[in-house]
Amino acid sequence: MLQIKEIDVYYGAIHALKKLSLEVEQGSIVTLIGANGAGKTTTLKSISGLLRPKTGSIIFKDNDISKVAPEKIVGLGISQVPEGRRVFSTMTVMENLEMGAYLRKDKKGTEEDMENVFTRFPRLKERRKQLAGTLSGGEQQMLAIGRALMARPQLMLMDEPSMGLAPLLVKEIFSIIKDINERGTTILLVEQNANMALSIADKAYVIETGEIVLQGNAQELMNSPEVKKAYLGG
Amino acid sequence: MLEFIQQLINGLSLGAIYALIALGYTMVYGIILLINFAHGDIMMVGAYVGFFSISLLGSNIIVAMVFAMVTCALLGVVIEKVAYRPLRNSTRIAALITAIGMSLFLEYVTLYFLTAQQRVYPASAFPLHKYEIAGLVISNKDIFIIVSAVIMMIILQYIIKRTKTGKAMRAVSLDKEAAVLMGISVDRIVSITFAIGSALAAAAGVMIGLYYNAINPLMGIIPGLKAFVAAVLGGIGLIPGAMVGGFLMGILETLVSGYWSSMYRDAVAFGVLILILLIKPTGLFGKNTGEKV
Repeated sequence: MLQIKEIDVYYGAIHALKKLSLEVEQGSIVTLIGANGAGKTTTLKSISGLLRPKTGSIIFKDNDISKVAPEKIVGLGISQVPEGRRVFSTMTVMENLEMGAYLRKDKKGTEEDMENVFTRFPRLKERRKQLAGTLSGGEQQMLAIGRALMARPQLMLMDEPSMGLAPLLVKEIFSIIKDINERGTTILLVEQNANMALSIADKAYVIETGEIVLQGNAQELMNSPEVKKAYLGG
Repeated sequence: MLEFIQQLINGLSLGAIYALIALGYTMVYGIILLINFAHGDIMMVGAYVGFFSISLLGSNIIVAMVFAMVTCALLGVVIEKVAYRPLRNSTRIAALITAIGMSLFLEYVTLYFLTAQQRVYPASAFPLHKYEIAGLVISNKDIFIIVSAVIMMIILQYIIKRTKTGKAMRAVSLDKEAAVLMGISVDRIVSITFAIGSALAAAAGVMIGLYYNAINPLMGIIPGLKAFVAAVLGGIGLIPGAMVGGFLMGILETLVSGYWSSMYRDAVAFGVLILILLIKPTGLFGKNTGEKV
């Protein structure tokens, strides 16, 4: 579904991604794990079009999207749940969800999807008229996921959904991710919490200073001594 | 007491005009953090478009106002595209200096083509009537200005609060990158913001023509600056703040003229700016959130 082929991305003079290649198969959960500053968020931003690769290509369903304007990418079927949630703080929960469906014209389908989000996250339904900035961290994460779902994405990019959440909530969020995937959405998940990410992923990539250093079946990587040592705390 | 109420009434129509101009400043600032110093001059262009549509085409005041609003909406969009968009990612001071340049450009192009001669707003467009109610005098001009300004503000509030585009405007002003991830085109939203802000300024321009009876190519400078003070007073970037700030500035100005001397009204207006910046730089309605990271 998604193939990143040898992209080079720069932040000014900093060479952030070096000939990075990565593949996401339809229906799977792929995770990209690595330390802070390794290039995980940069990879997602490149897919969403917020950053432009200098070389290489990003193929989504047979089309190169590496030069498509960022606001068009979501219309192609790729939604991102950004790092730090980035909900619109002084807008209500409902308004945030409406923004997720900004490009959609089918009013009925949009309303149905909002009901679906509310069924999945009953707490958001209770707070639907509340400003997003007044929600707890976990609720904001749910809102950010719900907002991305409102676009009916085929591929969902998730940037550190566990960040800053209590362990119990992290578990909940990951079971939600698994559930979203089981209902047909392909997921590319970026995480520092390697343990959790590997436990739900099919395939995994390990990134270090802008390069993929390891890749393979998530189960195998979980048991590999190198990954254990570097990312799973021994 | 009666005189005080009379002064308040006089201040309301001037305040409504300032509020309309202040809205444009504040909306543009909310979206791209630019103080559009050409905004007062867009108001001046609106006053001229209104003037010519009355004097040359013989249109009535409402048609003239709509005509001015549409023309200036286009002008605002073009100015943003040509002058500000190429500088979107450069320093804020570069854009600010460009805005001052654009302001001078509009003033002197108008001076060149229309000369510095004052033009009197045709009285035929709006025959003056004064009404006396319980010892208070109010003119049909004041009523027209206040009512049409309030209608425009209600429409604006509706757009911002209820429509998809208005919500997208708020989303862009809160977090551009997240808005882009929703599929919102920031360029399109910026254009719409300039169109709305400039249209409101044009309406204010026609109202100033009615209020002072005369227009000239440099008429945008002082009301523009005062409306900027109004926007800062209410909290720059906040729409209700601009409305309240505008009315407060208008009322303050008429009170100063009425009870003290009209010579001091400009000094007082800018004194307010200095005071606000010293005491509460975020304005009356602004929360102290610090710089966004």
